Amino acid sequence: MPVQLLPETPSQTAGPYVHIGLALEAAGNPPREQEICHVMAKPGAPGEHILLMGHLYDGNGQLIRDAFLEFWQANHEGVYDTGYALEKSFNCFGRTATTDVGEWTINTVKPGVVKNALGFPMAGHINVSVFARGINIHLQTRLYFDDETEANAADPVLNLIEQPHRRESLIAKRCRVDGKLAYRFDIHLQGESETVFFDF
Amino acid sequence: MSDAHESRFVIRDRNWHPKALTPDYKTSVLRSPRQALVSIPQSLSETSGPDFSHLKMGRHDNDLLLNFNQGGLPIGERIIVAGRVCDQYGKPIPHTLVEMWQANAGGRYRHKKDSYLAPLDPNFGGVGRTLTDRDGNYSFRTVKPGPYPWRNGPNDWRPAHIHVSISGPSIATRLITQLYFEGDPLIPMCPIVKSISSQEAVQSLIAKLDMSMANPMDCLAYRFDIVLRGQRKTHFENC
Repeated sequence: MPVQLLPETPSQTAGPYVHIGLALEAAGNPPREQEICHVMAKPGAPGEHILLMGHLYDGNGQLIRDAFLEFWQANHEGVYDTGYALEKSFNCFGRTATTDVGEWTINTVKPGVVKNALGFPMAGHINVSVFARGINIHLQTRLYFDDETEANAADPVLNLIEQPHRRESLIAKRCRVDGKLAYRFDIHLQGESETVFFDF
Repeated sequence: MSDAHESRFVIRDRNWHPKALTPDYKTSVLRSPRQALVSIPQSLSETSGPDFSHLKMGRHDNDLLLNFNQGGLPIGERIIVAGRVCDQYGKPIPHTLVEMWQANAGGRYRHKKDSYLAPLDPNFGGVGRTLTDRDGNYSFRTVKPGPYPWRNGPNDWRPAHIHVSISGPSIATRLITQLYFEGDPLIPMCPIVKSISSQEAVQSLIAKLDMSMANPMDCLAYRFDIVLRGQRKTHFENC
């Protein structure tokens, strides 16, 4: 008999009302004194400030308006500072939800380069987890930046995706919103432009 | 976590978890990827994660009987829900964030999109959070949520349940699930429960009545233990 570990507690969908628990204002409820939020970088934080935004689409190309997302990234120097505190000017973790018009936003800074377990540099990226009604176990993906062409081409994770055209689904598109630097990252849960989701 | 560089997490058994596509839960049909998940090795981006032990909790954040108090107590069966968070090796997970949300005793959520006939309870918000203690224990006080109908099959009802979200030491251990209550006849009928194929896995989501934790003349108690992915040191790896 091989060694048996305890089985992990199985996942269940976060459901349509996930916001009352994890994104109180999106549910129309008052926030508590401290809430984990979509502002990862306050205005004074070091690094290049960016706005991330996007939509989520289902297999029919319809907007998903009840999703909840989590972001985890290195700081502008490529360091994962794990301690979360709202007093800090920058936190490596953030949460957001799609609004009634189906859009989510995150205020952050562009992440620095992190090395993989073999010591090989990975292009700047953000780990994104997607939760929603109809998603039985959260989907895990990565967001990369379209102005990092060379780094992306050498990225050891992007290169594990066999079909090169599917790598495009992980590349956020640079744009400007109200004069500020922004990147658009649309997630397609299913269909022709389906986003690549990871198992790790 | 400081030792994230030297850690790996036990690979998820995706046959134990529900599959993405479970057609009897109709919303999953259009919200499940058709392509296979791409397997990637764990790097620091996957083995690290946020530590919420310094997030300031309100005094009643884990007490749903009091944290939305508008001058009275919520209606419903008073219960304690408590348990321990450990990893697959049985190691307790201390100081980790456990969050929960639920419907009130009538089966209604305090959410702007819930329009079920059952009324809101003015004294019940339905959200809680806490950190596990040094031994991985957590507890909440609340009312038992009611079952409610939902648009799926023409007459589908959710068993009484509480949504539970656990952070764990890394984004690799992140988990959101639902706990059910021992003895509820709606459990085996529910398409969301049935998204899990193993009966043993379903059983692990059913909180058990625990008379030893009940407060006499006050409230009953249910025990719900949580297991997150095992964390191990790396040996002889990548060199």
